[in-house]
Amino acid sequence: MEIAFYTAAIVAVAATMRVITCANAVHALLYLITSLLAVAVVFYALGAPFAAALEVIVYAGAIMVLFVFVVMMLNFNAETTQRERSWLAPRLWAGPGVLGLVLLGVVAVALGGVESGAHIDGTPLNAREIGMQMFGPYVLVVELAAFVLLAALVVAAHLGREERPPDHVKTAREGRNARKS
Amino acid sequence: MLNAAQTAWNATSSVLRTIGMTFMHTFRKRDTILYPEQQPYLPPRYRGRIVLTRDPDGAERCVACNLCSVACPVDCISVVKTEDETGRWYPETFRINFSRCIYCGYCEEACPTYAIQLTPDFEMGEFDRQNMVYEKSDLLISGVGKRPGYNFYRVAGMAVGGKDKGEAVNEAEPVDVKTLLP
Amino acid sequence: MFGLSFDQLLDIALTAFETIAILLAVVIAAALLIWVERRLLGVWQDRYGPNRVGPFGILQVAADMIKIFFKEDWIPPFADKTVFVIAPAIIMFTTIMAFAVVPFTETIGVVDLNIGLLFILAMSSLGVYSVILAGWSSDNKYALLGGMRTAAQMISYEVFMGLSLLGVVLLAGSFDMRVIVESQAGMWNIIPQFPAFVIFLIAGCAEIHRAPFDLPEAEQELTAGYHTEYSGMKFGMFFVGEYLGIVLISCLITVLFFGGWLGPILPGFVWFALKAGFFVCFFVLLRAATVRPRYDQLMSFGWKILLPIALVNVAITGAVVVAMA
Repeated sequence: MEIAFYTAAIVAVAATMRVITCANAVHALLYLITSLLAVAVVFYALGAPFAAALEVIVYAGAIMVLFVFVVMMLNFNAETTQRERSWLAPRLWAGPGVLGLVLLGVVAVALGGVESGAHIDGTPLNAREIGMQMFGPYVLVVELAAFVLLAALVVAAHLGREERPPDHVKTAREGRNARKS
Repeated sequence: MLNAAQTAWNATSSVLRTIGMTFMHTFRKRDTILYPEQQPYLPPRYRGRIVLTRDPDGAERCVACNLCSVACPVDCISVVKTEDETGRWYPETFRINFSRCIYCGYCEEACPTYAIQLTPDFEMGEFDRQNMVYEKSDLLISGVGKRPGYNFYRVAGMAVGGKDKGEAVNEAEPVDVKTLLP
Repeated sequence: MFGLSFDQLLDIALTAFETIAILLAVVIAAALLIWVERRLLGVWQDRYGPNRVGPFGILQVAADMIKIFFKEDWIPPFADKTVFVIAPAIIMFTTIMAFAVVPFTETIGVVDLNIGLLFILAMSSLGVYSVILAGWSSDNKYALLGGMRTAAQMISYEVFMGLSLLGVVLLAGSFDMRVIVESQAGMWNIIPQFPAFVIFLIAGCAEIHRAPFDLPEAEQELTAGYHTEYSGMKFGMFFVGEYLGIVLISCLITVLFFGGWLGPILPGFVWFALKAGFFVCFFVLLRAATVRPRYDQLMSFGWKILLPIALVNVAITGAVVVAMA
C-alpha cells in the first residue's frame, strides 16, 4: 500500500505541475483529471475507499467534465496556445517560483519535525462508519454544506429563470398594440 | 394535477404499447425474399435485360431506324443499318452497352416495330466491364416477346420482299394519282 | 520467489486466469452482440438480418472484425492527435474495469470491493470523457455538438442512476455487489424497488447512449456525432465499447434487481447469463421500438420526472428500513 501511495502521490504532483505549464487548455485539464484520479488512489491507499470513489465520481467525473465542457466552447486554437506559451516565459514565473520554493522548504522542515506516529497501512474505512461520523459529530458541517448548496441552487434557478416582462409592462404593451391595430 | 397524471399515463402507456407491438412482430411472416434460393416475382412488364424480338414468321423485327438510339438518354445503343436484296432494312450491328443502360424503357417506347423490348431479368452482373457490352447475337431472341402475332411488314405499306404496295393487311390498293377517274 | 509460497503463487495464477477468462468472455459477448443485435432488429422489423456467413450468420462477427481491422486507420490532420487516440481507449477501459466488481456467480468474479457499486458509478462517470474528448479532438462541428450533448446527458443521468441505486443499497446495507445479491435470497429487489428499477433502466440506457437516448450520435442531425471522424479500429473501439456498455448495464440490472445468480435447479452461471441475456435483448427491443426524444425533452424528463421519483423512492425506502430495524 505504501508503494501505491507514493507512486500515486508522485503522479499527482507531476500531473499538477503539467497543469500549470501546459499551454493547451484542454491538455491542462486532462492533466488535472489525472491528478484528481491520482489523489483518489492516494485516498484508497490511506484506507478511505469511500472518499476515493467520491473523488472520482464528483470531481473527476462531474465537475471536471463541466470544466472541459466550458473550455471546449471557448474555441482555443494554435494562436491562443502560442499566446499562452509566451505568458510562460521564465522571467514571469522565476520570482514567484523561488519565493514559493522557500515556503515549501519551510513547510517541509516544519512537517518533518512533527512526529505524529501515523503510518500508511490501508485499513479500509467502510461507508457505514463514514455515515455515522457525518451525521454524528460532524452533522453541523454537513448541514452548513447543505445550506451553501441550497443557496447555489436558488441562485442557479434565479439565473436560469425565463425572462418575462412584469405584468404592468405587458398590459401597457398590449394596450399599445390594440391601439395600433 | 389530474391533467398531468393523464399526460403521464398516456405517455407511459403509449411507449409500453409501442414496445409490445414491436415485440409482437416476432411472430409475423418475414417480408424478406431469400433471393438466390427463392426467386422474386417480377411482373411481365418489369424493365430488365433488353432483347431484340422476331416476327411470328421468324424474321427479325428490327428495321434499323435508329429511333431507339436517339431516344436513349444515356446513348448506350448503337445501330448500323444494312439492306437485303429486296430492299428490307436490317441492323448490321446492334450493340447495347449495359454498363451505361439505365433501364428506362424509352427505347421500347420509341420502337415502331416492337423489336426492342425489356424483359423481367436483372441478373446481369459481370466481373469484366467489357462483358456488359451486348452484341446483336446476344440480344436477338427467337420469340415474339410481348407482342405475339405482330408483323410490321405485313401491316406497313412498304413494298418489300415479294409483297407489293397495297398487299398489306387492311391496306387499300394504291391510288393512281396520274388519272382523273375515281 | 519474492518470498511467496507455492500456495500463494497458485492463488495469484488462479486469480489472473479468472480475470483473463472473464475479460475474454465479456469482450466476446460484446462482439457477438453485434450479430445478436442485427438479427434481433431483423426479427422485429419482419426481416432476417445477417444469416449468410456461417450457421445463422454467426460468423458475420468475424467478417465484420476482419473488415474493421483492415480499414484505413486515419487521423484527420486538423485533429488533436494525442487526445484523438486516447479517447476511444477510455470507453473500453472504463467499461471493462467496471466488470471487475460484477459478481457472476457465488465464486466467479474478479474482486469484491466494499465500494463495488460506487466503483461502477465512478467508472461510468469517467466514461463521459471518452465521448467528450473524441468530440473535441475531432475538431468537427458535428462531433463537438455530439460531445456537448453527451456531457450534459451523461452527467444528468448519472445523478438519477446513483439515486435509484441508493434504495438497493439501503435494503442490502452495503455497497458490495456480492452482499447485494445475497440480500435478495428471500425476494428479488425488483418487487420492493420497482420505481428504482425503472429509473435505473432508463438512466442506464441514457448512460451508454443507446437508442432511444442516442442523441450524441443522432444520425439525422449529427451525421455520426462524436465518432464522425473516426475510422478503422478506433471506431471499432467505440462500437464494441457501446456493446460492452449494454452487457454491463444488463449485468448490473441482473445483479441489483433480479438476484444475480440466484435461481432454482439450474447452476448460478446459467441463471446469470439467462437474466443478463434477457435484458440485452430488451435493450435491442427498445432500440427497435422507441423514438428518439428531443434534447430539451430528454433533460426535462430527467430533472423533472426521474429525479423526484428517485428522491421519493430513497426517502420511502429509508423510512421503511428504519421502521423495520
